[in-house]
Amino acid sequence: MLFKRTPSPHIKQDISVQDMMYNVLYALIPGTLAAIYFFGWGVLFNLLIAISVCLSTEAIILKLRKRNVTDSLLDGSALLTACLLALALPSLAPWWITVIASISAIAMAKHLYGGLGFNPFNPAMVGYIVVMISFPREMTMWSAPLGVTLGDSSGWPDFSTTFNWVFLGQLPGGASIDSISMATPIDLIKTQLNQFHDVIETRNNVEYSPLFSSISGTGWQWINLLFLGGGIWLIKKNVIDWRIPTAFLISLIFISNIFAVMDYATNSSSLFHIFSGGTMLCAFFIATDPVTASTTPRGRWIYGACIGALVYIIRSWGGYPDGIAFAVVLMNMAAPLIDYYTQPKVYGDPDK
Amino acid sequence: MTESIKMKHNSAATITPHLSKFNGGLTLDAYKSLSTTKPIADMEPCKQYIVPLQQHIGVISQPMVKVGDRVLKGQMLARPGDLLSAAVHAPVSGTVTDIAQHEVPHISGLSDLCVFIENDFKDEWQERQPLGAEYNHKNSSDLRKIIRDSGIVGLGGATFPSSVKQTETDVNTLLLNGVECEPYITCDDMLMRERAGEIISGADIIGHIIKARRCIIAIEDNKPEAIAAMQSAIDQDGTGFFSIQVIPTKYPSGGEKQLIQIITGKEVPKGHYPVELGILCHNVATAYTVHRAIHHAEPLISRIVTVTGHGVKKPQNIEVLIGTPMQACIEHCGGYTENSDELIMGGPMMGFSLNTDALPVVKASNCLLVTAKEDNPHKEKHMPCIRCGKCVEVCPVRLLPQQLYWYASSHNVDRLQEHNLFDCIECGCCAYVCPSDIPLVQYYRHAKTLIWQQERERRASDISRERHEAHQRRLEKIKQEREEKLRKKRELLKKKADDAAASDSENGKSKSDTDNKRAVIAEAIARAQAKKAERNKNKEAE
Repeated sequence: MLFKRTPSPHIKQDISVQDMMYNVLYALIPGTLAAIYFFGWGVLFNLLIAISVCLSTEAIILKLRKRNVTDSLLDGSALLTACLLALALPSLAPWWITVIASISAIAMAKHLYGGLGFNPFNPAMVGYIVVMISFPREMTMWSAPLGVTLGDSSGWPDFSTTFNWVFLGQLPGGASIDSISMATPIDLIKTQLNQFHDVIETRNNVEYSPLFSSISGTGWQWINLLFLGGGIWLIKKNVIDWRIPTAFLISLIFISNIFAVMDYATNSSSLFHIFSGGTMLCAFFIATDPVTASTTPRGRWIYGACIGALVYIIRSWGGYPDGIAFAVVLMNMAAPLIDYYTQPKVYGDPDK
Repeated sequence: MTESIKMKHNSAATITPHLSKFNGGLTLDAYKSLSTTKPIADMEPCKQYIVPLQQHIGVISQPMVKVGDRVLKGQMLARPGDLLSAAVHAPVSGTVTDIAQHEVPHISGLSDLCVFIENDFKDEWQERQPLGAEYNHKNSSDLRKIIRDSGIVGLGGATFPSSVKQTETDVNTLLLNGVECEPYITCDDMLMRERAGEIISGADIIGHIIKARRCIIAIEDNKPEAIAAMQSAIDQDGTGFFSIQVIPTKYPSGGEKQLIQIITGKEVPKGHYPVELGILCHNVATAYTVHRAIHHAEPLISRIVTVTGHGVKKPQNIEVLIGTPMQACIEHCGGYTENSDELIMGGPMMGFSLNTDALPVVKASNCLLVTAKEDNPHKEKHMPCIRCGKCVEVCPVRLLPQQLYWYASSHNVDRLQEHNLFDCIECGCCAYVCPSDIPLVQYYRHAKTLIWQQERERRASDISRERHEAHQRRLEKIKQEREEKLRKKRELLKKKADDAAASDSENGKSKSDTDNKRAVIAEAIARAQAKKAERNKNKEAE
């Protein structure tokens, strides 16, 4: 009897790239729902635009590259990039911001380098950086979170106002965007510091205090907490590596604590840092992107810790409201070097 | 019965806390019970046996028989070709019908030289003189010679000639490997259950040869029956030489280096042998074969083979003569099921698939695994590597499989060696967990072959360069010698001329050389001018 020959091993764990991608997407759901709850329709519009543009860009380029379109579309990687990008963009970003960011992410950051597995930089973060550098004003357009009063309205604008703004660039009665948008807590503290109002003063200011809530900001603390929960679930399911988020958070807590202890008036607390902005999204969903991160066990500690340090540096002394995207992409650049110098000692290595 | 076994197991041998761990590894579905329900069965004799001459690591054996010779069971067919080689014996009495190339079970799928024996069904043994308990009075080298002449090789799968390994210097521990960590395989398990006494006896002989002070028998905790059987054999022995070490079930604990790490907490230094840690490792089946050789004067002509998998009707262990065609083994076990898919020699992790069952069982054939179609995990295409690092987590050697894959697919030889490609034991853990279904081990094998080939080519070019340089040096030398000769000749001539001149001057007729020359030149000029004048005259006349 004749048989076909296949390479060993002849058994295989039941696991696939798709499963991993979809698990990451499931873990995003609670935090995403919270983001929609606190920041309104804009988040939903971001998601819809990013998903449709990312998937169609992916399909077109796969077609141009003569690859199997359906297989790659179904692997979930483009969908994940879209979701991460949409969650990072401000809730009242005009539609073309999301479109440009999505195309840059998929076409430029992913496929110009050879597609899934070959991109040196995190696609979602590259997309974010492109629009952040090109259109800094639009990148501050966050709606007021639910429960925070802005002028005579409370919380985020209603469906039609949001729709008209995002897709048509118009507001009722020719009002300016400032009437519905508001700085994020991180941004506010930074601009107030520049006007010589220290952190305590800003947080106790009657006008601003509702924005800060108890820990780090109305809405933000919940969104971050839920992303933390999703991340822990991913670690438990062995989908993401635990070292990067751990190193990232420890590093951010450690550094912010040093500065807060030195001068608590001008430096925010560790708690504020880890529960505001994109911290938890970065820790568990962005920095852990395996393709662009360091892949050695020791390298992952270094990689995560460096992102934490860079996030703190950019937040505190940089010119941008949040430092996540730049910190991640900078460390993406360093990942191959880190990997090379953090090779584990193999079995029986005499140097051990 | 079962109850008492369990009690004994619990009281006598349990996992002790001092055991170490190796990096990574896998917990796999074992599927061992498929083939452990029936006792080891004998096989009915076959008409023809095909005995390959290369069934071991090292040099191919030298045939000692001719076509047409009658051979007896246990007669040596081929002697070791070199120090690192093993003898091969006739599994039955009969006639040598051919010595020719035939397909052998090897990962390369290539053919090799085999002796074909037609069975005469007389089962006539060659004359045997068992040593028996006498061995206690024999010295190590005599016993090693018997083991060597019995064609005994490591039966765990590596088939390293056993006698070569059995050094006497500084070994204090004989480590008997009864771990059997690969799924499906149960031949060592069944051997330990049924023939524990013989294993202990064989280990005692090996211990005597290598002058070991103790023997540790390592068994995974998923084999309580084997542990109990071995324990009672040890109790009967009563010398205190043996002890059982139960280890947790984890793949690949049975790898020699991994097992040593578990037992001693030490790593065998890179490029060195376990002997340097004072340990010699043998498989339990090898010990059993040593017992047969010393106490029964039986060379290695049979082994226990696990025939198993969801593609075979009645999985079980059978004692098979070396050279038996595999299809006969499968038939003995009820034949293939309708959905049988692949035939694998060895386990599902490290075994290799065969393209036909018309191959002989060899000394390395511990298992014939027939998979079912629904078991086949292989996909037509694999996804790109997303560098998730799951392979790093499971690698028992602490390699970076994802980096090796990257460099192997780009044929980056320098980086491959920097990342210790040649430390890979090809256990398959990385490929097992890969979410992209990349056949990583295949990439590494290919890369190793590529590097070997390059080294061979480099060596070949080194040799031809050296030859060329030697040739150049030779030419140079010949030239120098010739010049030397000429120089000597010239000197000789000059000396003669000088001597002549000297004798002339002595005779007083000497004119100076220069005067002589001048006179000659003047004469020549005069002659030439005369000729020229004549030619001019003739021209004018015309």
